[in-house]
Amino acid sequence: MSGSSKVIENAICTFCGCVCDDIELTVDSGGKYITQAKNACVLGKSWFLEHKVEDFPVALIDGKEASLEEAVEAAAQVFVNAKFPTIYGLSDTTCEAQKEAVAIADYLNGNIDTTTSVCHGPTGMAFQGVGESTASLGEIKNRADFVMYWGGNPAEAHPRHFERYAVNPKSHWLPNGKEDRTIAMVDIRPTQSSMIADIFLQIKPGSDFELLWAMRALVKGRAFDRSVEERTGISLDRLEALVQQMKDCQFGVLFFGMGLTMTRGRHFNAGALLQLVTDLNDFTHFVSLPTRGHGNVTGADNVVSWQTGYPFGVNFNRGYPRFNPGEFTTADVLGRGEADALCVIASDPGSNFSAKAIEHIKSIPVITLDPKPTVTSQHAKVAFTTATYGINVPGTVYRMDNVPLSLRPAFDSPFPSDEMVLRAIKERICELRGITSNHKPVAA
Amino acid sequence: MSSAIRIKNGKVYDPLNGIDGEIKEICVQDGKIVDSVPDDSPCIDAHGMVVLPGGVDIHCHIAGHKVNLARKFMPENKRHDVSPRVNELRSGTGGSVPSTFTTGYRYATLGYTTAMEAAVPPLGARHTIEELHDTPVIDKGFYILLANNVCLNQLLEKGRMEEFREAVAWWLNAAKGYGVKLVNPGGDEPWKGHKNSNVHDLDEQIRGFDLTPRKIIKALIDATNDLGLPHPAHIHCNNLGHSGNYTTTIETMKTAEGRRVHITHIQFHSYGGEVGKNPTSKAKEISDFINNNPNVSADVGQVMFGEATIMTGDAPLTWQLRNMTNKKWINADTECESGCGILPFSYQEHIYTHALQWAIGLELFLMAKDPWRMVLSTDHPNGGSFMNYPKLIRLLMDKQFRKEQAALANQKAINSTSLLDLEREMSMYEIAIISRAAPAKLLGLTHKGHLGVGGDADITIYDDQEDKEAMFNAARYVIKSGKFFIKDYEFCSDFQGRILHVEPEYDHAITQKLRPFFEDYYTIQFDNYPIADSYIHDGEVVPTKSLS
Repeated sequence: MSGSSKVIENAICTFCGCVCDDIELTVDSGGKYITQAKNACVLGKSWFLEHKVEDFPVALIDGKEASLEEAVEAAAQVFVNAKFPTIYGLSDTTCEAQKEAVAIADYLNGNIDTTTSVCHGPTGMAFQGVGESTASLGEIKNRADFVMYWGGNPAEAHPRHFERYAVNPKSHWLPNGKEDRTIAMVDIRPTQSSMIADIFLQIKPGSDFELLWAMRALVKGRAFDRSVEERTGISLDRLEALVQQMKDCQFGVLFFGMGLTMTRGRHFNAGALLQLVTDLNDFTHFVSLPTRGHGNVTGADNVVSWQTGYPFGVNFNRGYPRFNPGEFTTADVLGRGEADALCVIASDPGSNFSAKAIEHIKSIPVITLDPKPTVTSQHAKVAFTTATYGINVPGTVYRMDNVPLSLRPAFDSPFPSDEMVLRAIKERICELRGITSNHKPVAA
Repeated sequence: MSSAIRIKNGKVYDPLNGIDGEIKEICVQDGKIVDSVPDDSPCIDAHGMVVLPGGVDIHCHIAGHKVNLARKFMPENKRHDVSPRVNELRSGTGGSVPSTFTTGYRYATLGYTTAMEAAVPPLGARHTIEELHDTPVIDKGFYILLANNVCLNQLLEKGRMEEFREAVAWWLNAAKGYGVKLVNPGGDEPWKGHKNSNVHDLDEQIRGFDLTPRKIIKALIDATNDLGLPHPAHIHCNNLGHSGNYTTTIETMKTAEGRRVHITHIQFHSYGGEVGKNPTSKAKEISDFINNNPNVSADVGQVMFGEATIMTGDAPLTWQLRNMTNKKWINADTECESGCGILPFSYQEHIYTHALQWAIGLELFLMAKDPWRMVLSTDHPNGGSFMNYPKLIRLLMDKQFRKEQAALANQKAINSTSLLDLEREMSMYEIAIISRAAPAKLLGLTHKGHLGVGGDADITIYDDQEDKEAMFNAARYVIKSGKFFIKDYEFCSDFQGRILHVEPEYDHAITQKLRPFFEDYYTIQFDNYPIADSYIHDGEVVPTKSLS
């Protein structure tokens, strides 16, 4: 079939949490790169079109080229010789790989955490406190006549969020699309997103909690101190009118981003927002959704939850899972200098963690799995080059609203998948630790 | 290496083959029950032990989006109930919603080898299958939620019944489901589209559709029977938990007009009294109806005192409970398919309603003339965890224990029921029916729930003890598909069970009708919706009866 290009229909883009599944990819006749990514947004296009299979070694040990087998052995040795091995990342790989990573942490009595702990971890904690009312994105596409975004800029971070899910779609219940919806934005500055909003509240930085709490009071008809006007920069009249609109809509949704969860107040902010949405259900149907960033961060939350009972920041030191954000979250485990080995899958803490954590990373053996060299992989004892999920590797991913999809890879990679590498390491660890990992018939 | 096992000297209860406590030899080879095995085969001397088929749970919530939301939701229920790793057996956490590995191991430890996840929106079936892959040892399947499906409702209101049936068959194939589940039929549209309202009468028009709940119920009972599915429509009736709801339940059963139907967690649907006031027991009326209508089967949905988690497709119900308890609450809508509500719950002896629910469940078990049609469940984790089954079995087998437990509960509630007048004590044979043989039969799993030649070698062996709770709490041997999971009380090995599903035939022309609906209403591509055969690691297609 040389000479003819291949077309993949309904391919899935894992660049962001929108996980659009309507991409039409054209693969060059040589089967080495993608020439067209129809329907993809600007971010998706660069994700697909700039992906090339590069001429990296499959693995490096101490910066020197090594075979896959040698690297698996070296990685397994790092793991079994550690007292407090920590696994981190996981939001840009398949659920199949995530499962292997949790298994390794379990068999090593180690620690596992995902990038959730540095993005919507506070949302997960707030959720445990107050619950949430939520919906899959199709329900919002079909029914939401009031759409609000808080602390996020989807026009630039999730470019197709408006078009596919929340603002523009026409539906049986909203035949005129955007005209039938009210769009509201809350942010500390005007953005590309706020330009399309019918209502824009530009609040003072760091006043999210106060504003949300005032809105709760208004929903419930409780008295509160007027100083909130000055504190947030939003007049009470505007706020009252907004809350009334929220109560009067038929189906409301409040999306929120890291502008809420990673600023002053963190899980208090997220909790206030989730509870506001629950309060609104006394009057109408109202839901909320965090606009998750990475392509399969939602899958990571799901896999870690179903295997351990907890969503992130899980520790197996005692032979069973324990959960404590701040104690078992990677930034903290590294910042306190506790972990004595680190495995990073599809993430780069070496470039974005605190100086103290990075200093510690440089002092312990590190294993990395990534399609590209990263700052972290520069310091790695063992660095694997792996194939890219969605483009080269099949598997399962979860959209930001927990809808699972099966990937449709475009072409083969010479590199192994994260899943393959992790499974090989797991099997070697089980051998070294004397853990029998397959069923053997047992004579009575 | 031989895979043969001989079990000798055990007291065998195998109701599907009419065996009631005979000392009988059971032979196993290659995962199946066989006539005989070579003389030198490994042998279990089951003297002083009771040999039963592996348990079959017809209704529980163990895998999928709502279950996982509940796991993430309640760390407070886990720290005190951990499940450490044992060699290759993975660690986990418990509470009323255990992690996946722990769910599989704990079911198997009780002697259960098959369990059916009871409520999956088809859009979330892929997630459910992923979790079932991580739920070891037991065989499992799931029912797909179809009674609030916008596409099916549109076909139904236009009277396009053939396309309706074809679409039901397509959906079962696409999601790899085992059966069809109805939850609060027609209630999602008023909930999602009309400010959190609900439907309350089977003949009330559903806002947004030219339909009534009764029409949806009838259509799905007919479709499941016409498609020859091994298990009939599995119905969570309207008005769950409401005082006076027993009339809705009886009307739902009447809607079957003699065709097969299964009413689930019927305890929650057996209440008299007026809406908004305290409920009363209508167990007698419900039992009489089922006793007289052999087309109807039910599982009880027994309430057990202690920790539980309410998780259901019936979102309006959980909102009501949330407003009563003021506890944290989850609502999760699935586009075009389902609602969902979750909240932590605790059943307490001193509370009138909880004690009444407990008593009504026991009344239903004890008043059933035909144990083959009133089977065991707690609607795990809604009425309490499946880990309560041993205690429930003791309550049914031991009149004295029942009276002692009743004395601890709200006396106004207990005395308003006939529980204390019921002298019946279930026999081991009857327990084998309600926990093994009958659920397997109602599910159409002809190779399960019995120990006859050709059946799956899913076998549990208990020490024969006076205290039935202690006895059923810890199986001495658990054999699943001919492999030991527990041998002489110890975990032996970890392995996967199968995923059971159906593939009813349908005319592929229906996909041309469904595709435009998906383009308008869904956010995933029609071609990305069905689950590929290769997605299931170890599946078993349970045959449908051929259409005549």
